[in-house]
Amino acid sequence: MLRILHRVITTGTLTEPLDTSASLESLGIEVRRTLGARYAGSFAIRHVDAGSCNGCELEIHALGNPYHDLERFGVRFVASPRHADALLVTGVVSRHMQEALLRAHAAMAKPGLVIAAGACACDGGEFGANYASLGAVANVLPVDVRIPGCPPPPALLLRGLLAALGRATP
Amino acid sequence: MMAQAFAERLRAALPGVALSPRTESGLMPAMVLAVSAADWAALGTAAHALGARWAACWVDPEPDHWRAWVLYEQGGAYVLAQTLLDPRAPRLPSLAAVYAAADRPERAIRDLLGVDFEGHPDARRWLRHQAWRAQEHPLRPEQPLAGAPPARAPADTGYPFRRIAGDAVHEVAVGPIHAGTIEPGHFRFAAVGEQALTLETRLGYTHRGVEKLAVGRDAEGLLRLAARVAGDSTVAHAWAACMAMERAAGCAVPARALALRALLAERERVANHLGDVGGIANDVGFSFAQMQFGALRERWQRRSAVLFGHRLLMDALCAGGVRTDLDLAGTQALLQDHARLRAELAPLVDILLDHPSLEDRLVGAGVLGTADARALGCLGYLGRASGLAFDLRRDAPYPPYDRLPVRVPLYDSGDVAARMRVRLDEIDVALELMDTLLAALPPGPVSTHWEAPPAGARGLGLVEGWRGETLAFVRFGADGRVARYAPRDPGVFAWPALERLLPGNIIPDFPVCNKSVNGSYAGGDL
Ligand code: SF4
Repeated sequence: MLRILHRVITTGTLTEPLDTSASLESLGIEVRRTLGARYAGSFAIRHVDAGSCNGCELEIHALGNPYHDLERFGVRFVASPRHADALLVTGVVSRHMQEALLRAHAAMAKPGLVIAAGACACDGGEFGANYASLGAVANVLPVDVRIPGCPPPPALLLRGLLAALGRATP
Repeated sequence: MMAQAFAERLRAALPGVALSPRTESGLMPAMVLAVSAADWAALGTAAHALGARWAACWVDPEPDHWRAWVLYEQGGAYVLAQTLLDPRAPRLPSLAAVYAAADRPERAIRDLLGVDFEGHPDARRWLRHQAWRAQEHPLRPEQPLAGAPPARAPADTGYPFRRIAGDAVHEVAVGPIHAGTIEPGHFRFAAVGEQALTLETRLGYTHRGVEKLAVGRDAEGLLRLAARVAGDSTVAHAWAACMAMERAAGCAVPARALALRALLAERERVANHLGDVGGIANDVGFSFAQMQFGALRERWQRRSAVLFGHRLLMDALCAGGVRTDLDLAGTQALLQDHARLRAELAPLVDILLDHPSLEDRLVGAGVLGTADARALGCLGYLGRASGLAFDLRRDAPYPPYDRLPVRVPLYDSGDVAARMRVRLDEIDVALELMDTLLAALPPGPVSTHWEAPPAGARGLGLVEGWRGETLAFVRFGADGRVARYAPRDPGVFAWPALERLLPGNIIPDFPVCNKSVNGSYAGGDL
């Protein structure tokens, strides 16, 4: 236990302030306002891998590490789409996941946001549409926010998620 | 040559069977054995009796006839068996009854190409769900890439899972969408109370058409695809694809490029192991380690982005070499990183290996015995935690590993604790290897001119990815375009292993068992 406490103390706080550019700062203010007004200070995301290579998932995981600490914004990942304010979709939509994705979307309380993360989800990426894949998420669901990148690095994901929040006007 | 001796042993075991061992430059160091389809199963049985491992199977629909390939490995020696199939009625004796590892790969080939594997013990589909019909085989050359899919493919609810009967037995169905941020797949448990009696995995949800998409691409296009077969193994798959193409073309890659490829592969290994160790700890509620290892991994990825242009090292390789050179400042930064990581890991490893509540959950959980691991063809950390030491870098070394001493950690308890321990040890080994590589980076260019080989040239790539032996087969068609790309991720062998090791454990221990095995979904679904 002492070793653990020692490590915790010597590690200190790694969490980084958001990018200091003006746009992000104003985004931060807007996000806080929206979060408070519309989501009671907490925004829940259900992630769905609809046919990813797993690269995007690795970077979504990185959102939870001490450097990014997504939860400090009141944003967290939930297990059920019924608890979710947004669906975060990665990968092309494989035809084998089409029905599952549609059902997850239908299970979300309305109005739910759909965020497409990564080149595959945004425009089909390296796979596109074919016998096995429907390509971009927009071919299956209305998409509210797109976060490009293959995969989008966590800083970009963070920005995209916060932008989604800022965009979510009643 | 080891492969020649292996081929000779097979020949001696099969008197009266016409086997003509030969070499083909693109397929070296494997020895090629041509057999008739009638002797296919006999060869498999002989290989099994000799203790050889079934490593992979793929079918190549060549213009005039189809060719089936099976790769066998024994003690680092490789033999590639091949036989011709009639495209109008492709059939081949199944090896699944001899080699359990062949079971699902053969079913996948049956779905995609319509090869009838005679005597296969399992008639069920594998990669096919409801997006195309049983009589359609999307990988056949005459099938268009677009296929003729229904507007809305229904859920594959009719898949006949194995049923376990019994009074108190209940079924638990999980997925394809799981609770966390994970890839999709379906798990069907039969349980009594909390205890799992059986587990059956059902995958194919991330089938994206990788092999079909490869057809017609040039080398660069193929590499972009190979880099995305499995995002966590982007270097391994890209290197295997490069190796296959370069062997097919007789392209001599500069020594500096090879050293840098190995550096990238070891960086990928360290990044994944850091993530997995944290993940294993987290799955038993020890979030301290998750946070610590997450921070280490984040710093590691940031360095990758600065020096190699990508946090996961995607698209760092090109045919003929690598895209980015490393300057002196970069080398120094890496050496410092390695020293720092060692220093930071040591006290963490002490905690991990000596924390009673962790030990309580990890030791003795999810045990995979050596015999099971061997029967299922397990590779990488999964095999090494269960007494199987095979490591391509040491046992069939390719440059630059042929001049590097590779230590291979080995445990035989086969439990979650051993799989975590192997990863920790492998981080150490990787750091040593990288230090050695950096201390003597060969001078010279980091790539050579790539020229595609003539139609018909084919090559085999085999590299030790972080999950183990990663394979790529490439055959070129006209104009330097790829006619066939068959990747095989080592993660495909992890799923049957998970099914084997789970019974007797409680379902709440499934996440940590699963994480410790960490099979690839995308790498097998393709
Ligand atoms: S965007 Fe890139 S990293 Fe993400 S799923 Fe697609 S190929 Fe993989």
